[in-house]
This record gives sequence, C-alpha cells and structure tokens, in this order.
Amino acid sequence: MIKEKVLQINGLCNQFRIDLIKLLHSIQTGHPGGSLSSAEIITALYSEIMYYNHYDPNNPDRDRFVLSKGHAAPMLYLNLAHNHFFPKEDLKTLRQLGSHLQGHPCAHKTPGIDVSTGPLGLGLSAGLGIALAGRLQRRSYYTYVLLGDGEIQEGGIWEAAMSAVKFQADHLIVFLDHNGVQLDGTNEEIMPMGDICWKFSSFGWNVLTCNGHDVEEIVNAVEKAKKTKNIPTIIVAETVKGKGVSFMDGKNIWHGKAISAVDCELALKELGGALNG
Amino acid sequence: MGEMIAIRDAYGDALQKLGAVNSDVVVLEADAGSSSKSILFSKKYPERYFNVGIAELNMTAMAAGFALGKMIPFVNTFAAFMTTRASDPIGSLIAYDNLNVKLCGTYSGLSDSYDGASHNSISDLAYVTSLPNMTVISVCDAVETEKAVFAAARWEGPVYLRLSRAPAEVIFDWDYQFVIGKGVKLLKGEDATIIATGYMVQKSMIAAEMLKKQGIYTTVVDLHTFKPIDRDLIVACAKETGCMVVAEEHSVHGGLGSTVAKVVTEEYPVPMEFVGINQFAESGDYEALLHKYHLDADEITRAVRKAISRKR
Repeated sequence: MIKEKVLQINGLCNQFRIDLIKLLHSIQTGHPGGSLSSAEIITALYSEIMYYNHYDPNNPDRDRFVLSKGHAAPMLYLNLAHNHFFPKEDLKTLRQLGSHLQGHPCAHKTPGIDVSTGPLGLGLSAGLGIALAGRLQRRSYYTYVLLGDGEIQEGGIWEAAMSAVKFQADHLIVFLDHNGVQLDGTNEEIMPMGDICWKFSSFGWNVLTCNGHDVEEIVNAVEKAKKTKNIPTIIVAETVKGKGVSFMDGKNIWHGKAISAVDCELALKELGGALNG
Repeated sequence: MGEMIAIRDAYGDALQKLGAVNSDVVVLEADAGSSSKSILFSKKYPERYFNVGIAELNMTAMAAGFALGKMIPFVNTFAAFMTTRASDPIGSLIAYDNLNVKLCGTYSGLSDSYDGASHNSISDLAYVTSLPNMTVISVCDAVETEKAVFAAARWEGPVYLRLSRAPAEVIFDWDYQFVIGKGVKLLKGEDATIIATGYMVQKSMIAAEMLKKQGIYTTVVDLHTFKPIDRDLIVACAKETGCMVVAEEHSVHGGLGSTVAKVVTEEYPVPMEFVGINQFAESGDYEALLHKYHLDADEITRAVRKAISRKR
C-alpha cells in the first residue's frame, strides 16, 4: 500500500472523528464509543478495499458491507456521505424525524446501506446469505461484515459461524472490532469471551489479527483473506473503544452517552478540530 | 369425499416443481427437511439447498441475505420454531426491509399432534400478522398448497405460508384460481357466514352439512389470506347473513378471528362467534385432539347457532 494513501486515510479518520464528536454533540444522542473504535476499519473498507460506485449503489457486482454492530452507524454515515452516496448536509438530520439516517442502519431508507442492522447478532448470517447468493449467481463480489466483540455473545453468531464453514463461504470476510468494552462494562466483567481467535479457529475459520487502528495492517489482512480458499476469514482487529479521545478510551460509559459542551470542546482539542470549524 | 393428501407432501412436491421452473429459488432448512418435505427439493437441486442444522435464527437471517442477493429463499421448519426462535430476523430484517423471503411454517396448529403442545403452533399468526409488509397465507388442501407456493414465489415481498402436517381432504380442483388476498366462497346460505382457514375449512364444510339438515343455511368462506385481508368479501358476507363465525386452528387471540372482527367492527358490525384454541393442548391423535379442544364441526355448529340467536 502506498504511503500517501495510508496518510490520506489516516487524515480522513481524524476528520471523521472530529465530525462525529460535533454531530453527536449537536443531536445529543448516538453511540460515540463504538463508532470511534471502528473508524479505521470502516474507512479503509470504503476508501481502499471495497469495489462500489455511488452512482449505482445497487450494482449487483458491488462489494457488500454489513455493519452488524449497527450502533456504529454514525461512522458508516460519515463514510457514505464522504463518498457521495448522499449529501453531507443530511448528516445533521441523523436520528431526527423525517431523516433517512436512522439511529441504526436502514437499507430501505439510506443509499449505500446494504443490510438493516441494530438487533445484535444477525449481521453475520445475513452477510453469509449475501455471499452465498453471489456464488450461486457466479458473481465475484466480497461481503464484509463488521462484528462487535460484545455482539459475539449472541448465540446466533455461532450458528452462523458453523454455517459459513459448512458452506465454504470464502468471499465472506469478517472484521471483529475487538475493543473489549460493551454497554455495561468490559467484556471481561460482563461475559468473558476467552480466546476469541481460538474459538473461531476451532469452528474452522481462517483467523487473522491486526491492529484495528493501523490502516496498512487492515488492508494487508484483507489481501491475505482473499487468498484463502474454501473457508471464511475473520480478522480480529484490536481496537480501543472511544479511540482518539483520551477520556473516552476504554470507557463503557461512552457506549451511548450524549456528549456535553465541555466534553465536546475537550475532545475536539485533542483531535485538532474546532466546534465551529 | 375427496382424496386425502397430507399438506406437507403437497408442499414438498410443489417446492420441487417450483425449483424446476424458477432457478432463483433457494431452499433453507433447519434439520427438519424430512418433516417439512423440503428434502424433495434437495434431491433435485442440491446446490440450491442449504440445511443449516438446528439453527432457526441463523437460517432465517441467512434467508434475508439471499433475498438481498436477489434470490428467492423458501425457509422451512416447524411453524412453532420459525416464529419463535427466528422472530427477530423475521421482524428486523425480513419485514422491515420488505425482503422477498418466503417463510413456510409447517406442522402448524395442533397437526404435530403426538409431539404435544411444545410442537404445536397456536400463536404464529398473531406475530406475523402484526408485522408491517408481511403477507400471511394459510392453506387448507393439496391443490391450494401448490397454488399458494407458486403464487408466493411470484409475489414481491415477504410471505408467511402456514402449512399443516396432517392429511386433508382435497376440496379444490386444478382449475381453482388462487389469488393472494382474495377469499373463496365455497357455499352460499343466508342464515350465517362461517369464515375459516386451514383445516378448519374442511371442518366448516362438514358443519354446514350438519346445519343444513337442521334447516340452517350457511355461507362458508375459505379465507386463505390474512394479510392483505379481503375486506370486501367479509363485509358482503356480514351484510348478506347478519352474523358470522370464524374458525381457525390457532389461539383465539391475534389470529384470523381478531383480524376479521376488526374489519367487521369497522365496516358493518354483526354478532360474531369465534372457534379457536384458548389453552395449551397435549399429545394425542390429531382428530381426537381437535375434538377435545373444540376445533371440530360440532363446535362450529354450536357457534353458528349461537351467532344466529344473537341476531336482533
């Protein structure tokens, strides 16, 4: 991957973090923590990895993205707006009456959303179905799914994990946003998941790891995944909940807390943005 | 009396026939293919058959993915498990995004009789009927089953197709024009209307015969589609006969009775009686169970006489 591109995506991620803090502050609702932890994964997908065309968002050959941890919707919306799926002005309508930008991704309202999500634990199955449909139709697209680490406590994830191996879904590439924190506390406090890599590996998956805030590592992991035939890949991406804002780092309270004016200013100072900028 | 054919056998045959003419159809199964008879499809089209094991939630969410990938998934398992274990993806994915998924719940009502109440499905219709975008169909015989399978495949959007395990007398011939959303008047009489669905259609025909011998003439309607509901037919029947009985192999709460009563109270209130189930059943012979839990022709005739007595 060329260095300029890495720098460009890093710059974009920082801008998205600034925009996200301002946006969630302005509407006083939404989930900052999990949006910040997934910034590099989602942005690398939309800026480097995935094939799509915003003029033709339903092109049958496009790569698909399933934000299974649907509460990170704001980070996805920032990427879609940046890539011209809808006007940036729409962002300020997030979660408001009449907006196409729902609190959780809605495929029938927002251009560029491939699957509606929100109830946790369904995105892996849906992504698997999309991937298998592509294979039956002899299309070469990839289906990317982003799972939360709290989300994998849902039993349906493991039903899907078995099926993806049985049906040899090698065009299914899954990221796990491993930030270690969920709504009520850390994963360790709420429901320790043990060795996640081993769990998926024992289910028959190709398991890769990366630093989920390192764009180059993310892109390289996907390249490796694409070379793996006949089994699905999960890339366990080590991340930090609230990444980029020191007082949000690893704090479960920032899963879905409204951002006050004081906190907004502090966060923007760290990120190098200004409230009116 | 017409030929007896099990609805599940008719369904399995129909699905296999559909597979031959529509290559977009994929079939998902949760390890009940020998029961649902989706296994017949797997023999002919193994590449389009996905048995996910005992994992109804995953199966149904996968079906949403297949529909998003422009295939037409037919999802199979016991109605009891489909609408409970998989209620989340049925609501949040399939109905919400109006996805082209066909949910085929088999062994509905008490038809899985020896397995007992745990395998009965008496609340499935209450859930699926409450979902926006969902089309709900419940069939009564082998002909209607095959017609409904093909109609569901042609229909754009999610369909819940309610199927029975049990043998049922064939009452339609192959000229039958099955139209989603349009009920069928099987008998015409001026004293009362019986609106029925599933196997209660056959029971209602027997009840009508019994009533006729007592000089009571009933209209009998096979209302195979719950949603969209055939308002015009229901209102016309209410006007023509002045009272109504609804019979279904489902809880009296939230099923066909509730749906028809809503139309009647909104448009043309008449006395109504409801034949359905109000408690958990038990293991046993199917016909004996239906009798014990008041889902038979005797009960329908009682309800009809009561409805008539309430006419002013």
